[in-house]
Amino acid sequence: MPVTVFLILFPLIWAFVIFAIRDNKVRGIAAYIGSGTIIAAVGVLFVQWLINGRVPIKMFYDTETADHFILTGEIVLMLVVTYLCFKYHKYWISILSIVPTLMLAYFELAGPELHKIPHVYIDHLSMLMCLIVGIIGGMIIVYAVGYMDGYAHHHPEFEDRRNYFLGLLFFFLSAMFGFVMSESLLWIDLFWETTSVCSFLLIGYTRTDEAVHNSFRALWMNLAGGVALAVGIIYFGYQSHTVAFHDLIDLSTQMHMAYCVLPVALIAFAALTKAAQYPFSTWLIGAMVAPTPSSALLHSATMVKAGIYVLLRLAPAMAGTLTGTMITFIGGFTFFVASIIAIGQSDGKRVLAFSTISNLGLMVACAGVGAPETVWAGVLLMIFHAVSKSLLFQDVGATENAIGSRDIEDMHGLLYRLPRLATFMFIGIAGMFLAPFGMLISKWSALRAAVDESNILLVLFIVFGSATTSFYWTKWMGKLISRSHETGDRLKDITKRNEVVSLTVHAALMILLCILVPFISKVYVDPLLIEMFGKYEDVLPMGVLYTMIVVIAFVFLVPIFSYFIGRKMRANVKLTYMSGINTGDNTMFVDSLGEPKRLWLSNYYFRSFIHPHQLRIFSQILTTAVLLVMMSMIIGGAL
Amino acid sequence: MNHTILYVIGAVLYIVGAPFLGCLMDGVERKLSARMQGRIGPPVLQPWYDFIKLLNKQVVTVDRAQFFILMSYLVLMVMSGAMFFSGNDLLMTFFVLSTTGTFLYFAAIVPSSPYSSMAASRELIQEVCYEPAVLLLSVGFYLATGTFNARAVFTQNTSLVMFLPGFLAAYLFAMIIKLRISPFDVSTSHHAHQELVQGVTTEMGARNLALFKLAEWYEMVFLYGVVAIFILNSSPVSILAAVLVDLAVFFCFVLIDNTNARVKWENMLGLSWAVTGLCSGVNLLILMMIR
Repeated sequence: MPVTVFLILFPLIWAFVIFAIRDNKVRGIAAYIGSGTIIAAVGVLFVQWLINGRVPIKMFYDTETADHFILTGEIVLMLVVTYLCFKYHKYWISILSIVPTLMLAYFELAGPELHKIPHVYIDHLSMLMCLIVGIIGGMIIVYAVGYMDGYAHHHPEFEDRRNYFLGLLFFFLSAMFGFVMSESLLWIDLFWETTSVCSFLLIGYTRTDEAVHNSFRALWMNLAGGVALAVGIIYFGYQSHTVAFHDLIDLSTQMHMAYCVLPVALIAFAALTKAAQYPFSTWLIGAMVAPTPSSALLHSATMVKAGIYVLLRLAPAMAGTLTGTMITFIGGFTFFVASIIAIGQSDGKRVLAFSTISNLGLMVACAGVGAPETVWAGVLLMIFHAVSKSLLFQDVGATENAIGSRDIEDMHGLLYRLPRLATFMFIGIAGMFLAPFGMLISKWSALRAAVDESNILLVLFIVFGSATTSFYWTKWMGKLISRSHETGDRLKDITKRNEVVSLTVHAALMILLCILVPFISKVYVDPLLIEMFGKYEDVLPMGVLYTMIVVIAFVFLVPIFSYFIGRKMRANVKLTYMSGINTGDNTMFVDSLGEPKRLWLSNYYFRSFIHPHQLRIFSQILTTAVLLVMMSMIIGGAL
Repeated sequence: MNHTILYVIGAVLYIVGAPFLGCLMDGVERKLSARMQGRIGPPVLQPWYDFIKLLNKQVVTVDRAQFFILMSYLVLMVMSGAMFFSGNDLLMTFFVLSTTGTFLYFAAIVPSSPYSSMAASRELIQEVCYEPAVLLLSVGFYLATGTFNARAVFTQNTSLVMFLPGFLAAYLFAMIIKLRISPFDVSTSHHAHQELVQGVTTEMGARNLALFKLAEWYEMVFLYGVVAIFILNSSPVSILAAVLVDLAVFFCFVLIDNTNARVKWENMLGLSWAVTGLCSGVNLLILMMIR
C-alpha cells in the first residue's frame, strides 16, 4: 500500500480501534503506537519524496471505486449532521449540509464527463502540510493521552468519553492528510466537510449548553464555507471539465480563463471561514470550551491551517485580482483588530485564540497579495505559528492543571514557581514574535511586498498591528519573569510525563526553527516558490541574512554570558522601593491604617477604551459589508 | 570594496564615539535646560562624572537578574545603532530596536517593585506609540530610494526630506516619546518631578544604572543619526546641513522638554497614533500615487 493511502486510512481505522478500547491504560498505549506510526509514516513519505528528487508525487488516475467511497462518505456525513441538527433542534443548519451534498452527488453522477486527473498530488506545499499535520498532530495526541486522564479526574461532572475524544483526534488527522494530499476538488470537498464535522464534535465534547451552542456556531460557519466551496467546484467542473486543483490555478494564471474568476473567489471565500477571519472569527473563540488538546489541534496543525493551505495554493491565481484585494483587506484588517482585542484579554487561552486569528490574518493577507515574497512570508509564518501555538496551548493547559487558573495575572512569577513550564512558555512566545525570530522576518518581507504592490492599507495594518502584537506578547512575558508577589515557593509540577515529552519536542522544534530559518528558506521555501510561480526569486538578501544570524547569536549569547558573570559578582541585595513602608519583604507594605497589606501588581488591559464586544460587532459589520459588496462585484463581473 | 570599509568605520566610530558624544549631549542638555530655567546648571561633563562614580560604587541591587537583562539591553542597543551607522537594512534595524526596548521592559519588571513595574508597563506603551512611526519611516525610505539600505542616501541627488516631510514629522514626534522628553516622559524622567519616583530606573542602582545611562547615550546618538538620513545626499555639503538640522532639533527638544507638562499615557497613545497616521499616512499615499 502506498504511504499516501496509509496516511489517510491508518488514522481512520485507528480512530475506531481507539474508540473501541475501554481500558484506559491499553488505550493510552494504543494512542502512542498510533501517533508514533503516523509520525514514522510521514517521515517515510518525506524521505521517499526526497530520494525521488522532490518531484511532485502524482497518483491514482483511475479511481472509479474510490470515487464511490468518497460519495458515500459525503452522504454519511450529511446524514450524521442532519441527525445531530434535528436532535438539538437546529433544523436550518442541516440545509447547509444537505444542499451542497446533493448538488455534488448530482454533479458526480449526472454531471459532465471529466478529464482524467491524478487524485493525489504531493508537491512542496502539500509535503510541508503533511509534516505539520503528522508531527505536530502526532505530538498533540501524545499530550492528549496524559491531559485527558487529568481532565477526567478534575471534571467528574462531564461524562468520561476519553475513547471518543482520542478517536476523534485520529479521525481529524486522517481528514487533514486527505485534505492536503488530494488533487481532486471533489475529494478535497469531502475532507473539508469531515474536518468541519470533526471540529464540531470536538467543541461539543462536554455537552454543556455553552459547548453545544458554540459547536453549532462553528458548524454552520464552516458549512456555509462548504456551500461556497461546492458551488465553486461544480461551476468550475461544468466550465472546464476537470476538477483538479492545479488545473484551476494553471487555467487562471497561464490561460487567463475568465471562468476561473468565480471558482477562485468562492473557494477563497470558503477558506476565510476555515481560517476564522472576520466576520467568521467567533467560532474559533467559542471553540475554547473544549478540552485543551482540541484547541491545540484546531489552532496549530489542523482546521485553521486548512484554510491557510487553500489560500496559499490559490495565491498565484489571486495576485492582482479583485478577489486578491478582498482577501488581503480581510486578512490585514483581522490582523490589526484581533491584535487590539488580544490586548484587552487576561485569560491565557483567549489571548492565544485572538493571537491565532490575528496571525492567521497576516498569513491570509500574504496569500491575498499573491506575490512570491508574500507567499514566502506566509509559508514561514505558517510553520512558526503551527509549532508555537501548539506549544503554547499545551503549556497553558499544563499550567492550568498545576495552578488552577489560566489567567495571565495568576502567572505572575511563574518562572520561579513552575520553572519548566514557564521556560517552555517563554520559548513559545519569543519564537513567535520577538526579533529576530519567527514572525519578524516574515513581517519584513510582507511589508516590502505590500509597498511594492502599493497596498497602502496593508502597510498601515501591518505597521500598527505589529506594535499591538508586540504589546500583548511582551506584557505576558513580563508577567512570567516578575518576582512573585506571593510567597514565591516552588509549586509541585504535576505535568505528566507524556505531556512533558510533547512540550519538550515542541520547544526543541521551536528553537531549531529559529536557528534554521535561513536554511529552511533556501532549501525548502525557495523551491516551493519555484514550483508555484515558475521562477526563482531570492526573497531574503544575504545582507539581511547575515545580520539576522549575528542578532540571533547576540540574543542568545549575551544573556547567558552575563548571567554567569553576574552570578559570581558580589552584590548587596536590598528590598524594593516602596516609599519606606516595606514590611520586611517585597510582598507587603503598610497601608494607611497601619495594617500590613499585600502588594498586587497587574498588567494594563486598556479596558477603558478597548471594548472587545463593540469592536467585534463593528468589525463583523464592516467585513460582512466588504465581503458582500466585493463578492457581488466579482460575481457580477464573472457572469 | 572601498565603501565597505567606510561602513565598517562608521560602525566602529559609533561604537567607540557614541558614549562620548551622547554624554556631551546629555551635559549640554542639562546646561541648556538650567539656563532656560534661570539656573547656572551643572558642568557640561557632569554626566560623565556621575557615570564614573556609579561604576565604582558598591553593587546594590534588588534582583540579580537585572544585571544580565540590562547587559543584553545595552549590547542590543549598541548593535542596532551599529547596524544603522554601517548603512544596514533600515527596517531590520528598527525591528532590532524594538527587541531592545523589550529588554528594558524586562529589566524594569523583573524585581516586581511597584514603581518600577508601573513604569515598565508605561515603557511598553511608549513602544506601541513610537513603533509605527519608525516602521513607516523605513517604508517611506524604501519608496523614495527603492531599497531599505540606509547607505542609499549617499547616492541621492536631493535630500529625502523633499519626498518624506510627513515621515520626518512623524519620526520627530516619535523621537520625543522614545527619548522620554516631557510631555511624553511617562516611563521615566530626566527631571526630578516624575510621579513614579524614577520610573523604570527606580530599582537600578550603581553599576546597573550606569549601564542604563550608557545605553541611553547610544540610543540618543542613534536616534539623532536617523534624522540625518532625511538631509544627507550625494553632496558633501549635506553633511554640514545634517549637523545643523540635528542641532536645531536638539535645541527644540530641550525647549519642548522645559515648556510642557507630562500628559497621561492615554493621551500620548492617541496623539502619537493620530500624528503617525496622518503625517506618514498622507505622505505615503502621495508617494504611492506619484510613483
